Amino acid sequence: MKLRRTMLYVPGNNPNMVKDAHIYRSDSVMFDLEDSVSVREKDSARLLIFHALRCIDYETTETVVRINGLDTPFGRDDVEAMVRARPDIIRLPKTEKPEDIQKIDQRLTEVEGQAGVEIGSIKLFAAIESARGVVNAYRIATSSERLVGIAFGAEDFVTNMHTSRSKPGTELFTARQEILLAARAAGLHAVDTVFADVSDDEGFREEVELIKNMGFDGKSVINPRQVGIVHSIYMPSVVEIKTARRIIRAIERAEQEGSGVVAVNGKMIDKPVVDRARHTLDLAQASGIYLDEIEEEEING
Amino acid sequence: MKGHLKTLLWYVSKRVPEDLPRLNKIVDSIEQAVLKSGLQDGMTISFHHHLRNGDMVLNMVMDVIANLGLKDLTIASSSLTGAHTPLIKHIEKGVVRRLICSGIRGELAEAVSHGVLDTPVLFHSHGGRARMIEAGELQIDVAFLAVPSCDVYGNANGYTGPSACGSLGYAKVDAVHAAKVVLITDNLVEYPNTPFSIHQDHVDLIVPVDQIGDPQGISAGALRMTRNPRDILIAQYASHVIEHSGYMEDGFSIQTGSGSISLAVTQFLRDVMLRKNFTASFALGGVTGNIVTLHEEGLIKRILDVQSFDQEAIRSIAENRYHTEIDASYYANPHNKGCATNKINVVVLSAMEIDTNFNVNVLTGSDGVIRGASGGHSDTAIGSGISIVVAPLIRGRTATVVESVDTIITPGETVDVLVTDHGVAVNPKRRDIYDRLKTKHLPLYSIEQLKQKAEKVTGVPEPVQFEDKIVGVVEYRDGTIIDVVYQVKD
Repeated sequence: MKLRRTMLYVPGNNPNMVKDAHIYRSDSVMFDLEDSVSVREKDSARLLIFHALRCIDYETTETVVRINGLDTPFGRDDVEAMVRARPDIIRLPKTEKPEDIQKIDQRLTEVEGQAGVEIGSIKLFAAIESARGVVNAYRIATSSERLVGIAFGAEDFVTNMHTSRSKPGTELFTARQEILLAARAAGLHAVDTVFADVSDDEGFREEVELIKNMGFDGKSVINPRQVGIVHSIYMPSVVEIKTARRIIRAIERAEQEGSGVVAVNGKMIDKPVVDRARHTLDLAQASGIYLDEIEEEEING
Repeated sequence: MKGHLKTLLWYVSKRVPEDLPRLNKIVDSIEQAVLKSGLQDGMTISFHHHLRNGDMVLNMVMDVIANLGLKDLTIASSSLTGAHTPLIKHIEKGVVRRLICSGIRGELAEAVSHGVLDTPVLFHSHGGRARMIEAGELQIDVAFLAVPSCDVYGNANGYTGPSACGSLGYAKVDAVHAAKVVLITDNLVEYPNTPFSIHQDHVDLIVPVDQIGDPQGISAGALRMTRNPRDILIAQYASHVIEHSGYMEDGFSIQTGSGSISLAVTQFLRDVMLRKNFTASFALGGVTGNIVTLHEEGLIKRILDVQSFDQEAIRSIAENRYHTEIDASYYANPHNKGCATNKINVVVLSAMEIDTNFNVNVLTGSDGVIRGASGGHSDTAIGSGISIVVAPLIRGRTATVVESVDTIITPGETVDVLVTDHGVAVNPKRRDIYDRLKTKHLPLYSIEQLKQKAEKVTGVPEPVQFEDKIVGVVEYRDGTIIDVVYQVKD
């Protein structure tokens, strides 16, 4: 399954960062046409990202473009250009209700048709950044077939809630839970908000530990140096990897032998356990863990 | 008897300089030193570049020489920096006819690239310079050597005084081999100035002056760990390459430079050394504060220092028993009985350009203009077990990996690995290294693939246009001419 541990923000008006945003090996790069681009630069940023997506090979990194909302003067042009540039995903900011998603879904379908792009090929990410959005989270999550995930944007959210961000993040707790529940119920990914203080590695680490334990698939990051930290926290332990491999091997054996019930270490193995094991191995692979060495270790005892 | 005495007197007159005993070598001014040195038109004079951008001595001496009306001199300075722009006027007036150096920067470099000299500059490596001096190919008539501390008899070192620069490794060779040696100092100290780097028995004259250098330009303050994510990424790949290259084991040796990527590599290697419980037997080269930190932590047992880059390195060479000053010949002369670069396991090097044959250019920029120095690049590349070039794949809008470099300083056959932010390329000649790295989750590509990646973003630039005039020749460390630099077209 596709991993989305890290979604790296890249300002859409910075050619030096746009040209090789993928080298930091985040799972996704998100070119921003919205808040990090001033009104005067909206056109040039849109053109820059259009050409970058057309010309530069971002290899296996998922490409995401955060467009301006359709209620702004720039949103429609962003959609026109981006469908033709074909990123993997368009991320809609400040989603408050299912209609926001339905509108852009419809618009995408129209432009895909005009541009000769396969209908439905461009996926959507909804960013929820307000109390209203949080309250509507499940309805948003189930509003379009194109949706693959929900991102939480805390900066606008805390303003909306008449508070500010604290280190323990208690003010975000309910919103994070709501978004996670909605995403899981709808079978989507959930990506947590950015951590703004790029010099505070320790605080960042703590927050990533927290959201990982809550169940988020990953985090939006604003500095390439944060990518490695997130990936290291999402990296499974050797014990977890070994257990996962035992589970997968047991399942494969059972399938070969046609036996229905599988147990490892006396515990029954059912589908969620297998799914979790597969996810662990995906994470291990992506983390650059030497699976061969672990296997060797297992064989040699 | 009479015949015997005559023979003896003849013998003595040949062996003993006539003005002995020279109890006082101090003269009042540079002018007196120049006159007493016997300097004449067409001779070769030398300088060192340990004071880097802060050097005041070369300009000071050249102004005096120009005022005395001397002409057609060859300047052999171990390198020339941005501080030496005034040389342009001496070249234009015929005082200076030729330059022999490791590199040139700044306006002087621009002027040379635009053809200000009629004779091409001879560019050498640090080891190559020591070789040509010891072989007698470069005969220095008078060496004018700036020294941060000196006694009345010429014992000098580089790590005490207001203009401290640390090691005097390049100057030491000149002091031994020049026909006349003039020391210029702003810090005259009590005799004997021990420990000394330059020995009294080599020194003819000493000139006290107010100031030999600007401390701001002599050394960087504390070189801090970069926070540039691109540099950190390259450094991480490089340290990963080193860790798995087969050349990093307990007791290994290393040289890293002073660039921000090199500094970060040293930092990451520290982590590897702690994790694996390794120590390094020694670090070589241009020494920086973070090498000193590792030395003082016990992770690097000894330091061999030909050039000290920052304040910490200067402090350490004065304080630490096993931080040893070495001269340029000991460092890298390929034709002596054994130079330190041959004992290096791992070297981390930079590049302005590298081509698909792994040839490296550290001398001329993408516009063909001279803006760098050969330094110890080719010396360490061939001497080391593994030579690793670190560079971003694209700088500004130009590609670092090209079809063919403008100027070859280090031949590709001596360069083993290129580490960029987009991936790592191993020289096909080093299959052994490739085999060790291929399972280590590094983004391995061929160098042609890296070039293509770069060109996809930058396109292929029009070739730089040159005139027919040759403004520089590049001498490899063994004395072979391996490339030339042409005058750039305006």
